[in-house]
Amino acid sequence: MGQLFAVEIIYRGVFQKTLAKNITRDIVLAAHNQGKLGISFGRYGDSPERNGIPAKSFAIVANDEQTLEAGMAQYEPKQVDLTVVLDDTLAKGAESWAWYGLQPVHRALKPGHTLIVVSLQDAPALLQSIHRREEPYKLGIVKGVTSFSGMWVYKDDHTDVRILGAIAKALPEVMSLESVEKFINEKLKNPLKATSARTAFERFVTVDVKAGEGNPEELFKFGLPRWEDMRCGVSIKGQAQGGPFADPVTGKVGGFRPVRNELFKKYSTRTQRPVVNFSTCTKCTLCWLNCPDAAFDVTTEGTYDTNLEACCGCGICEEICPVKDCITMVNESEFHDNNSQWAAFEKDKNAYLKWLETTIQKAEPIEKRSHGFRYRGQYQEQVPEALEIAQKG
Amino acid sequence: MATLTMPVKEQKKTYEQEALITGAEAIAIACKLANVDVVTAYPIRPYDTVMQYISQLVADGEMDCEYIVAEGEHSQFEIVKHASICGARVFCGSSGVGWMYAMEALTVTPALRVPLVAMVGNRALDDPGAFGVEHNDALAVRDLGWLLTWVDSAQEALDTALIAYRVAEDRRMFVPLALSCDGAFLTHSQALVKIPAAEQVKKFLPRYNRGDLLLHPDNVISVAPQVNEDWVMEIRRQNFAVTEIACDVIREVYADFERTFGRKYGNPFFEEYMTEDAEVVLLGMGTMSTPVRVAVRKLREEGKKVGFVRLRWFRPFAGPEIAKCLERFKAIGVIDRDFSFGSPNLSGVVATEVRSAMYTGAATRPPVLGFICGLGGREVTVPDVEKMADNTFEAAKGNAQPLTQWIGLRG
Repeated sequence: MGQLFAVEIIYRGVFQKTLAKNITRDIVLAAHNQGKLGISFGRYGDSPERNGIPAKSFAIVANDEQTLEAGMAQYEPKQVDLTVVLDDTLAKGAESWAWYGLQPVHRALKPGHTLIVVSLQDAPALLQSIHRREEPYKLGIVKGVTSFSGMWVYKDDHTDVRILGAIAKALPEVMSLESVEKFINEKLKNPLKATSARTAFERFVTVDVKAGEGNPEELFKFGLPRWEDMRCGVSIKGQAQGGPFADPVTGKVGGFRPVRNELFKKYSTRTQRPVVNFSTCTKCTLCWLNCPDAAFDVTTEGTYDTNLEACCGCGICEEICPVKDCITMVNESEFHDNNSQWAAFEKDKNAYLKWLETTIQKAEPIEKRSHGFRYRGQYQEQVPEALEIAQKG
Repeated sequence: MATLTMPVKEQKKTYEQEALITGAEAIAIACKLANVDVVTAYPIRPYDTVMQYISQLVADGEMDCEYIVAEGEHSQFEIVKHASICGARVFCGSSGVGWMYAMEALTVTPALRVPLVAMVGNRALDDPGAFGVEHNDALAVRDLGWLLTWVDSAQEALDTALIAYRVAEDRRMFVPLALSCDGAFLTHSQALVKIPAAEQVKKFLPRYNRGDLLLHPDNVISVAPQVNEDWVMEIRRQNFAVTEIACDVIREVYADFERTFGRKYGNPFFEEYMTEDAEVVLLGMGTMSTPVRVAVRKLREEGKKVGFVRLRWFRPFAGPEIAKCLERFKAIGVIDRDFSFGSPNLSGVVATEVRSAMYTGAATRPPVLGFICGLGGREVTVPDVEKMADNTFEAAKGNAQPLTQWIGLRG
């Protein structure tokens, strides 16, 4: 059997669906310039038409048809030669419709191989989120603003070709920089994009991540039942209703916390999270009533605390809240845990409010927070900014 | 939604009665005796006769049920599906393209383990629009986990409807069951029928108990969630487990029926007529049995040893038993009131199933001829049957015969 290569792209549903598809397609076409064969496909069980849902796209490349067929004779590669994460908030792990529980982004990566993340953060910051693993690997960062666009529109901010350039450096066995440039010039017919690919190639470096380095969080484990042990009638046990709970500081019992699904937490869908000011909350109930994921707990004080394992980060609470700056959506990369904000507030109100003040300053202006576009030409306006950041490196 | 508000007349009759009623009316009476909770209706011939009779029973205060006229067959079958999951004994039905319009609802009921009893008034599928009988409507669900049975008289319709509830609602089963009745010949013809007493039926038919599959505030479950490829095969295997035991359950229920009501059906799966010393047999389903029996007697007078096997249960298909029954004959002629275009040997559905059953279950390899006959409600005449019997005799003698023959066709 000849050589077989698999590249995996982890991306966010809707916002990066076209981007991920373009990258895996382009890998195959660039490799084909060197006489290689390949296929590209999205993981079928994923739900890439849902906002923010983590999903996967693959490129499989081989030197000959039989080897390629061996690579195609499975739903998806169990081991990959390179993993690309298109949004650094996914570094915390990804949970999709297609698999179970939170998975580390390097789950399928062969030992010693390269994980590429598009991010403005540095390696130590990212390793607070990326789970530790038994085997060492390399981490490479493609500096850049996360590229998000809508379902039917594509933001051509060069992220695609910059990833191609980085892959040519990290995995030259799949394709050379020359093949990438040839593909861009012939198929995309954009010399500026070829330059972006070359710049990314030249700048791309990796750091060695040692065994055991990274986020120590224990990952969800599961087993699948035999058919005789499953409930019949396609039925599952429902959730209980929930009830009052204890204040972590005073011990006072009250409020209401719904029982949530232990097996499906969904929070890796989130790219931003609500930061709540409990001192200005008027207890109007609007956030609680309008949250589509029942993510709010009613505290013993009657305020509303986001359960950050249940929150998908949609931002409806911020939109509906009538009090200025009471709920602010802040980019997920600013946070490294899912702890209760209310518990922190109860422990030390002044410290919490101080933290809140600095944290909400990092929030982007509200009109920029939507991942879709609001008016024609908006993406074209954003591209020069993205390119500038990319060129600074 | 029509809800009965008037008091239900007390049923004091404890003895069997005899009445001149149609097959559809017999099933309506069975629904009354089975104390069905929810009935959904949408008119299409010939099924609509049963919905008319049930509405009459409700209007007369003889039957107490939720009688819901849906806006189409799809809703009709969806409503009973949900009602059944909530613990109601349910009844509905349809015919021809109406049944096909409900197809999406029909496909989901077996996996959800819904013991829905439906009456299919067999009708030709459009186009062209025709009322006459053809079996392809009910047969469309043959691979999906439904139980399918064909009856040939009003008496058998009533009895099988009661048996149907016992079989479908057996905790080991919980699958939908279609009671197929040939349009016109059965649904619209009146015959003398013995109606059992309500007390007897109560003894025979216990309350439907859904157990831990009941959708109820006291039993919080979620039914039919979205799953990925890790679950579907196991769910299909669970339905397969039902088919593994279906024949045993049906046998038990017929035995209990006989004990309770004293009426004997013998082998539940098929009925043999003059087969004891027969050289060849014809085999078919439904009301064609009448002209076939007459023709068999006529041929016997001419010294031709022919018999008839009427298939009652198509799903489950009692393959080994049928093969064992048929292996002793020199040739078999299967009469299909259906078609299966492009099937092996271009035969009808039943002929294809019989050949398949015999390939694994029979010790001999007699020729199996397929006859397509009586489509779209065309009469299966006595001369037609004589012709099919003669051709089967020819095959028995070793004279080559086309494997599939269209009988009663102009041209």
